Amino acid sequence: MQELVNIFVKGIFIENMIFAYFLGMCSYLAVSKTVKTGVGLGAAVIFVLGITVPINYLLENFVLKENALIWVDGHTRETAEQSMFYGTDLSFLSFIMFIAVIASMVQLVEMIVEKFAPALYGALGIFLPLIAVNCSILGGALFMQERQYATIVEATSFGLGSGVGWFLAIVAIAAIREKIKYSHVPAPLRGLGITFIITGLMGIAFMSFMGIKL
Amino acid sequence: MKLFKNLFDSLRPPFEKGGKFEKLWPLLDGFETFMFVPGHSTKKGAHIRDGIDLKRTMITVVIALVPCLLFGMWNVGHQHFLAVGQDAELMEKFIYGAIKVLPLVIVSYGVGLGVEFIFCIKNGHSIQEGFLVSGMLIPLIMPVEVPLWMVAIATAFAVVFGKEVFGGTGMNILNPALTARAFLFFAYPTKMSGNSVWVATDGMATVDGFTGATALGNAVEKGMAGVPPYMDSIMGWIPGSIGETSVIAILIGAGVLIYSGIGSWRIMLSMLIGGYVMGMIFNAWEANAYMQIPAHHQLMLGGFFFGMVFMATDPVSASQTATGKWIYGFFCGLLGILIRVVNPAYPEGIMMAILFMNVMAPLIDHYVIQANINKRLKRAKVAA
Repeated sequence: MQELVNIFVKGIFIENMIFAYFLGMCSYLAVSKTVKTGVGLGAAVIFVLGITVPINYLLENFVLKENALIWVDGHTRETAEQSMFYGTDLSFLSFIMFIAVIASMVQLVEMIVEKFAPALYGALGIFLPLIAVNCSILGGALFMQERQYATIVEATSFGLGSGVGWFLAIVAIAAIREKIKYSHVPAPLRGLGITFIITGLMGIAFMSFMGIKL
Repeated sequence: MKLFKNLFDSLRPPFEKGGKFEKLWPLLDGFETFMFVPGHSTKKGAHIRDGIDLKRTMITVVIALVPCLLFGMWNVGHQHFLAVGQDAELMEKFIYGAIKVLPLVIVSYGVGLGVEFIFCIKNGHSIQEGFLVSGMLIPLIMPVEVPLWMVAIATAFAVVFGKEVFGGTGMNILNPALTARAFLFFAYPTKMSGNSVWVATDGMATVDGFTGATALGNAVEKGMAGVPPYMDSIMGWIPGSIGETSVIAILIGAGVLIYSGIGSWRIMLSMLIGGYVMGMIFNAWEANAYMQIPAHHQLMLGGFFFGMVFMATDPVSASQTATGKWIYGFFCGLLGILIRVVNPAYPEGIMMAILFMNVMAPLIDHYVIQANINKRLKRAKVAA
């Protein structure tokens, strides 16, 4: 249980998708003009990460990984060598498989949002379908693969944690951007320029958690 | 005073519109309004909330900082003579400290105001002395042995990227002084932490058993055994950043700030509560030696009080709403102690916690205001 909490907290603060890895920047920069849309997109990212990471975990462990397919002809890890799939390694397919899962999940989210929150659907615009190519989502799946979580629950915890971290990041910067609307930012920096600078400063602030061992 | 007034009056013509030095107008204006309350008034409807203007506000904070500065100077000397094992008089210690500290103050003010003047002239703003406070805070939160060029770089970074890119005083999202310190902390960690920077030794041989570590640095290694006695931590004759050690001197400043209404007592109180709560949680947990330091002692160490009184209360980067201030302060204290204890890489967690909460402050405000709007909407509907 403690391990799960650790992974979750780590995903939010210590290994924050935005401030530690700078993943998923495009939608983070584009949809953070108001807190409201930020919350909507952030929630969508939590949802997509929370679903795709465990699904990809299953894919990874039962299809893609080396010797992952041995269950097909009824073998377990002990008798793996007798399986006809022993030695099969499909991990070269992982990118395409992960992306396929992500894309279909995003379709699902899009339908849900359109049905139940049409105003938000309008506000998010093109960035909702673009979650499919949001680096933080694929990043979540690839980190999951790299870190080799022991159980699917851990993977889910990681997915949700990263999602919440991303949510926190976009909501915080949206609030700041709403605030600095009234600032006299030098003309060349207005818009994206100042947002990048703010992101960097926020990265400094988020470094407070770096190096904490959980 | 009359002399200065005449001086400004005689200087003014070439700086006014169409004059020779028209571009340098902000410079003269800045100095003049610094010395005298400006004579011009609002042309449209006035929105006076308080008779005091920004410059007078800033000066009050600088005055509140003076006890810390003076004590810091004495303490630098005190620590020096302790370390090299010599006896010295009060004045001797003080003068030694002043020689060490004043260059930091001068560099910080010189670079910061220089950058600010350049930006103001370029943008045609009048100068707003936001930097008066930051320029005093920056040397006070530095270790005494920090090289001057680092102070200069950090100050320039903080003023340009912490403040001017947002449009100057009153617009920044992070506290500029803390930005400067965090910048140095991450860029030159060897000069901002460790055992060799907190006490000035001038390369002289030190007495046996001298480590030069701060109380917090010791606490990480040895827990309660490394921490100075309670009274010492309050009085502040321990190694540390220049202005942060003496709780007494800081409380004098806090008194000035609270009495004049410039510092928010809500933030100070809630941050104290937050830090105390976290300290108590660690006391109950006791997973390592560090956590066993009693909460009331934990708060007296390091920069907790300095951060609480002078950093967290920065009216620009803190939460603006009253409820928001409670939440903001509480988490500053909570996270400060949390980071300090669980993250051995950063003994000074208060700095990071305040920066983190600076980032979160607009979000807190947003939801506090939103909650208020919703509450009132509800009330309006009931009435209708």
